[in-house]
Amino acid sequence: MTDTLVPPAGPAPSRGRPSGRVKASSGRFPLTASSGIGLGVALVWFSVLVLIPLAAVIGAAAAGGWGAFWDTLTDAQTFAALRLTVVEALLVTLANAVIGTIVAWVLVRDQFFGKRLLDVVIDIPFALPTIVAGLILLSLWGPDSPVGVNIVNTRQGIFLALLFVTLPFVVRTVQPVLIELDADVEEAAASLGASRFTTFRRIILPSLVPAIAAGSSLGFARAISEFGSLVLISGNTPYETEVASLKILKFLEGDNQDGAAAVAVLLLIVAVLTIVALDVISRRVARRG
Amino acid sequence: MKRVIKAAALAMTGALALSACASTDGGSDDSGKTINIVGFAVPEAANKAAAEEFNKTEAGKDVTFSGSYGASGDQSRKVVDTKGKDTDYVVFSLEPDMTRLVDAGLVDESWNQGETKGIVSSSVAVIATQAGNPLGIKDWSDLTRDDVKIVTPDPASSGSAKWNVLALYTYAKSTGATEAEADAFLKKVFSRVTTWAASGREATEAFKKGVGNVLLTYENEAILAKQNGEDLDYVVPNHTFKIENPGAVLKDAAPVATDWLDFLLSDEGQLAFVSKGFRPVTGVDIAGVEVQGANDPANPFPAVADLSTAADLGGWSAINKEWFGKDGEKLRFDKLYAEATKQ
Amino acid sequence: MADTREIRARKGPVTYLLRIFVITYLAVLVIWPLYEVGKQTFAPTKEGAEGGISAFLERLSDPSVSYAFNLTGTVAFWAVLINTLFGVGISLLIVRYQFPGRRILSVLVDLPMSVSPVVVGLALVLAYSTGKGWFGEALEGVGIFIIGTTPGLIMATAFVSLPLVIREIVPVLEEIGTDAEMAASSLGASGWQTFRRITLPSIKWAVIYGVVLSMARSLGEFGAVKIVSPGAELRGETATLLIQNRYTNYEEPTAYAAAFVLVLASVLALVVVSLIRKEDHS
Repeated sequence: MTDTLVPPAGPAPSRGRPSGRVKASSGRFPLTASSGIGLGVALVWFSVLVLIPLAAVIGAAAAGGWGAFWDTLTDAQTFAALRLTVVEALLVTLANAVIGTIVAWVLVRDQFFGKRLLDVVIDIPFALPTIVAGLILLSLWGPDSPVGVNIVNTRQGIFLALLFVTLPFVVRTVQPVLIELDADVEEAAASLGASRFTTFRRIILPSLVPAIAAGSSLGFARAISEFGSLVLISGNTPYETEVASLKILKFLEGDNQDGAAAVAVLLLIVAVLTIVALDVISRRVARRG
Repeated sequence: MKRVIKAAALAMTGALALSACASTDGGSDDSGKTINIVGFAVPEAANKAAAEEFNKTEAGKDVTFSGSYGASGDQSRKVVDTKGKDTDYVVFSLEPDMTRLVDAGLVDESWNQGETKGIVSSSVAVIATQAGNPLGIKDWSDLTRDDVKIVTPDPASSGSAKWNVLALYTYAKSTGATEAEADAFLKKVFSRVTTWAASGREATEAFKKGVGNVLLTYENEAILAKQNGEDLDYVVPNHTFKIENPGAVLKDAAPVATDWLDFLLSDEGQLAFVSKGFRPVTGVDIAGVEVQGANDPANPFPAVADLSTAADLGGWSAINKEWFGKDGEKLRFDKLYAEATKQ
Repeated sequence: MADTREIRARKGPVTYLLRIFVITYLAVLVIWPLYEVGKQTFAPTKEGAEGGISAFLERLSDPSVSYAFNLTGTVAFWAVLINTLFGVGISLLIVRYQFPGRRILSVLVDLPMSVSPVVVGLALVLAYSTGKGWFGEALEGVGIFIIGTTPGLIMATAFVSLPLVIREIVPVLEEIGTDAEMAASSLGASGWQTFRRITLPSIKWAVIYGVVLSMARSLGEFGAVKIVSPGAELRGETATLLIQNRYTNYEEPTAYAAAFVLVLASVLALVVVSLIRKEDHS
């Protein structure tokens, strides 16, 4: 039931295992010779694959000097693209925080025919190639739309695409927490005369907040960096529908590698902030648990 | 249950391993009989048509093609970035993209010494409209109207966009405008643009998807779209700009690539291009040739009364120096564009 | 999975309202568009032309299409293999060993999840392209080309799917603790024996789960691959690139057919995952 296709944030609310477990001993060994070599190999690979290339991006952005970097980011068009990206990502995150929680709630607490199917449907946007996601949305909301709505080159189109690709994040982080929620407290509250809404607001919601926050930041990170699903939908119009990742591509195609690197560095900073936020949230949850 | 899962996991791994083996067998070009093309997005269909004809010739028998198509500047950069590895023949939207390869030592300096000066295909800038031209667009001057919503490629990433900008500029000049008036005209047209697409092809895509009601494009691109059943019409204005696309063979390309380039400039090659809507660059006789998709298939390429060329403006290096900045540098176009689109 | 709490839920109007909302939302956002793609895939291209399965298969039999799927399969296979080995190793190191920088490393391995695919592509180009990369010249000297070749595609794909295996294994490793492993080694088992007999069986499902996830992600990678690949037919054009190229080149039926295959692959992955889940619980 709790198929967390989206990797749960941090301490992974133990997928459906009995709650209240006592953690087994968590002693850590000092490095031995063989594990030391293993660590060395892993670090070399990680550097070659991830760290060095990312450093090269920062290097390229820095090569033009602080002034050039700043000029690129404050260029009216680039700035508009960045602002649009952040605003759309925030809107989508907000929508997901609410809708995702509702979806998780229904999938856990309600019981009806076809629920299992819906549970699988949640994961489809994550498993689907992003370019296919774009194509799929276009087939319903594109120029040949059977409902007569064309979202191509509109902000609503971007919103919809982001909503699609970030669907699983909040649902999948909230679901396991809801399942493990101690029923006794709720029942006690109800027996003391609390209305269902009060029970939800005072008892359930507070325990869901960390999961919602974790899912939201995952979704935010995804939304801000999304590319594939927007390629066919966004019209790339400056000030209107141009988002950061497409701006990077435009810079690259227009042979302005420094500009591309500058925007990329900014996205990197957001990415780092997001994973740090995730780490903080998950550690807080771990402390509580 | 357990067995089912194991079987499923095994099947998936097996399928992957199988496909891994399969692709190491094929796919790689072992002989010199493959021509790797890197080009800008627009001539893909024409190259394919020409390749089919080339395969019928003695030199082109059993030759296979592998084409990479995309934004002109980006494609040119990719070739330099990989030092021409696995690239035999290149075709770009405009000359500076070729010059970069010459500077990098990948293309011989004499590439533009041939009969056609290195140009392999030619077209003119046109205005495409919705089917039936409901807005009654006749000329560039109509583009400043309030009801016009223009789709054009973005010169920031697309070569073809630059041709459009020059067409607009030389049109203004042909009406006797001063430089300042020409700038004002360009700004006015730019403010009517709803979509600056990444490439010439993506502009067509956006237009197809119902964005905007006027598309600035190449004549051949409009013809190709009509050949593919798209619902649009196009107008060849009285004044327009001649588009010339350079093509060349890389220095260390397989010899068959040179045969291919020679073929492209032969009558058969040019006729293949003509069939996809390009104007011929050689003196090939196209009387009696019908081009589907053209406004008048029997007379597909009406003579343009007043045709400007890049040479009129002093050639591409002069044009780039004045109009289109590199690496974020803001020149004449970039400034007009920034002012026109400012919010 | 009969959960007692499900029974407890009182069914009021709110319950039904929420249920209807969720069903409608998912139907409109995901199911209906999927259905439309299916319809387009099997629709006849032109009037009078044949639609259905045979037309679908014909579109897929084009050599450049099968090349694209082969390439995608190869790239995904290697990327998943590398990520699995690396993922198991690094998870063990992070959870079981104490070394300076351990915490930073455990945060850093999550980084690729949040980096835009376009940035991933750009980063690899800036580091390794022959003409411009930091190490381009050096690599060229020893005859290695990364950008524009299959190894480059594998690296781009491995980058974006790197954390998936780790994120599955780490929580399980933390949960099972070290008691059994310590007991084994105190009984004289070697490190390798302990790993094979004790650790591996307990993280088995997590590993498989991570592998399936990485596979789904790798098969569908687009942005990073677009930047490092030459993207030419029969030369670096993966399935996702093929979809974009065909779609923008008046060959929408082929694009839809290829997209449909990828949809099937990801649904298959989801089914496998949910089977694994069931197994994991039992």
